Amino acid sequence: MTARDEILANIRRSLGVTGQEEPRRQAVADRLSRPERGIVPARGQKNGAEAIATFRTYAEAVQTTVAVVSGPAQVPAEAARWLSANNLPARLRMGADARLAAMPWGATTLDVSHGPSAGADLNGVSHAFAGVTETGSLVLLSGPDNPTTINFLPDNHIVVLDSLDLVPALEDVWTRLRAEAGDDPLPRTVNMVTGPSRSGDIDRTIFLGAHGPRALHVIVIDRHATA
Amino acid sequence: MTATITSPAFRENAHQALQDKQLQAVLGTMRTGFSVKRAEAAAALPEFEALRDSARDIKNHTLAHLDLYLEQYEAKVTASGGHVHFARDAAEARRIVADICRALGAKTVTKGKSMISEEIGLNDHLEREGFTPIETDLGEYIIQLRHETPSHIIAPAFHLSAAQVEQDFRRVHTQLPPERDLSEPVSLLNEARQALRQHFLAADVGITGANFLIAETGTSVIVTNEGNGDLTQTLPKAHIVLASLEKLVPTLDDCAQMLRVLARSATGQDSSVYTTFSTGARRASDPDGPGAYHVVLLDNGRTGMLGTSFQEMLRCIRCGACMNHCPVYQAVGGHAYGWTYPGPMGSVLTPALIGVDKGGHLPNASTFCGRCESVCPVRIPLPKLMRHWREKEFERHLTPATSRSGLALWGFFARRPWLYRQATRLGAAALALAARGKGKFASLPFASGWTQGRDFPAPEGRTFQAMWAAQAGKRRLAGAQPDVKGQAQ
Repeated sequence: MTARDEILANIRRSLGVTGQEEPRRQAVADRLSRPERGIVPARGQKNGAEAIATFRTYAEAVQTTVAVVSGPAQVPAEAARWLSANNLPARLRMGADARLAAMPWGATTLDVSHGPSAGADLNGVSHAFAGVTETGSLVLLSGPDNPTTINFLPDNHIVVLDSLDLVPALEDVWTRLRAEAGDDPLPRTVNMVTGPSRSGDIDRTIFLGAHGPRALHVIVIDRHATA
Repeated sequence: MTATITSPAFRENAHQALQDKQLQAVLGTMRTGFSVKRAEAAAALPEFEALRDSARDIKNHTLAHLDLYLEQYEAKVTASGGHVHFARDAAEARRIVADICRALGAKTVTKGKSMISEEIGLNDHLEREGFTPIETDLGEYIIQLRHETPSHIIAPAFHLSAAQVEQDFRRVHTQLPPERDLSEPVSLLNEARQALRQHFLAADVGITGANFLIAETGTSVIVTNEGNGDLTQTLPKAHIVLASLEKLVPTLDDCAQMLRVLARSATGQDSSVYTTFSTGARRASDPDGPGAYHVVLLDNGRTGMLGTSFQEMLRCIRCGACMNHCPVYQAVGGHAYGWTYPGPMGSVLTPALIGVDKGGHLPNASTFCGRCESVCPVRIPLPKLMRHWREKEFERHLTPATSRSGLALWGFFARRPWLYRQATRLGAAALALAARGKGKFASLPFASGWTQGRDFPAPEGRTFQAMWAAQAGKRRLAGAQPDVKGQAQ
């Protein structure tokens, strides 16, 4: 008997089932085909300017910095301003995201390079798939547009978030991914990022910048302001 | 770093821990650390108690259908290009991991924090097989340098001071100038960041644990604050996930429910910094990520807990809240428990996984104050389960002869109420007389274990039952009054 078969047989013996019982199989099939949302906290259920303000409150509570701009064209200038204000070199790595590519980076003095990070980049910029109002979190998807290495290797991470992608809760991210990608909704990696990297392992005190980015700056494009 | 068991020596371990001044200073910080943060986070979310119910129900449902969810999970992992390996016990799991590393021609293996790795003693095995395992969670890295085991399931180096870490870094990081300033704790963090960055980039295989496995999509989930788990699993050629069977939840939505109670219960955060959902290996168009994805699913005694009262223990999501709130853990720390899992959750899980003959002392290390159950995010009745282990230990005659004869003596009197009353009356009167009005004893025959550390309070002369009986007349009078008023209204 293989380990797999033995383990499954042990589970069934312990539970007193055969695995063939129709009500059990139906219960599992129902749960998987119609996921229950469960309890979703009210605090993220906001719209428009209120959603941005709430996202900002929770993001800043975990040392993320947030800037709000009125359109995609303002993003490069804000990125350049933030890097300069923090005495960081005017260099940025980014993936192939078309939304980022369409922004006027050439109008700044930023030196932009493309592709995944191999570890030598000080600054990276990504475009978020979504923002989660409930916790001030960013959701980033792996792939050529926004390589996962940019989320973790650079010391400083800038993330662009379109306010139209702001959702109340993580459950809404799943709903959107299922709607867009169907039966296999997830890319290789979904990163939910809530603040810059930190550790409490030395002296039982939290210090920022353990292994991932030391600083996380979110640039929110406020579509409501321009609408 | 090993899974060496010292649980049978819990009493000696605990005694040593109580004498350890450095450890006691660290443990003193617990009352104002995790537990206060957890209370604040729980109070700030009106839905928190309802979410605990939801988390409990999700786990109960999953465990009741575990065979079917495992089949679904396995099918989904395979469909996304990953491999699932079932391991009956620790030896089988170690062998599977080593075989994968060998097949890839691996030398260096980076590791995210995994309690399953500790449970199966993986690092020692990898070293014996010629690989170099490198722990990347800062706490795990520190204890690996010290050849120690974690003393806490979410804060492995909880028992150490910054000064101790500085000594270890100076001993190991000999490539750095000896005169460098490490007096600020944050400089230790920066030094570890630099040292580990090289390992992340050079590693051939990355091993992580899993906080959850999702049947709907064949996804493994890790939750970290440092980002070490992500660098561990993203950069090497292969990502190996170590997980025990009960990590499974049905859907992505179920996982979202669990995440809300996990971080709050563990560290008092609303959300951990990095929550990462991994599904299969690098896709064709991906510019980064691991080329292979393996999941090792460990049983190691868990299937035997299903269908028993200990099934409830399999709801555990390893937040550490029970140990953070435990007066025994706060007094002796994690190492005294003598195996991978300390605190109340360890006292229930350890006897199930290594046997009540070896782990039977642990369920006795409880005052049954109930704080662990009151904070458990999945509402595991930990005191009840510890009591079940005590009963099993007694049934199997594993309790020491002195305890058994003491209990037998008490049982003799307890079954004879008149005799019990006479004996306690005489005892209380004799002790009151012996105390000569001082109200306490600095030493007592047969009770030196107690009086070494503190005074033993002396009875005032009468037993509780005698006083209760004497008060009975007055109570009847007082109890009648509300009825009289009630009738008058």
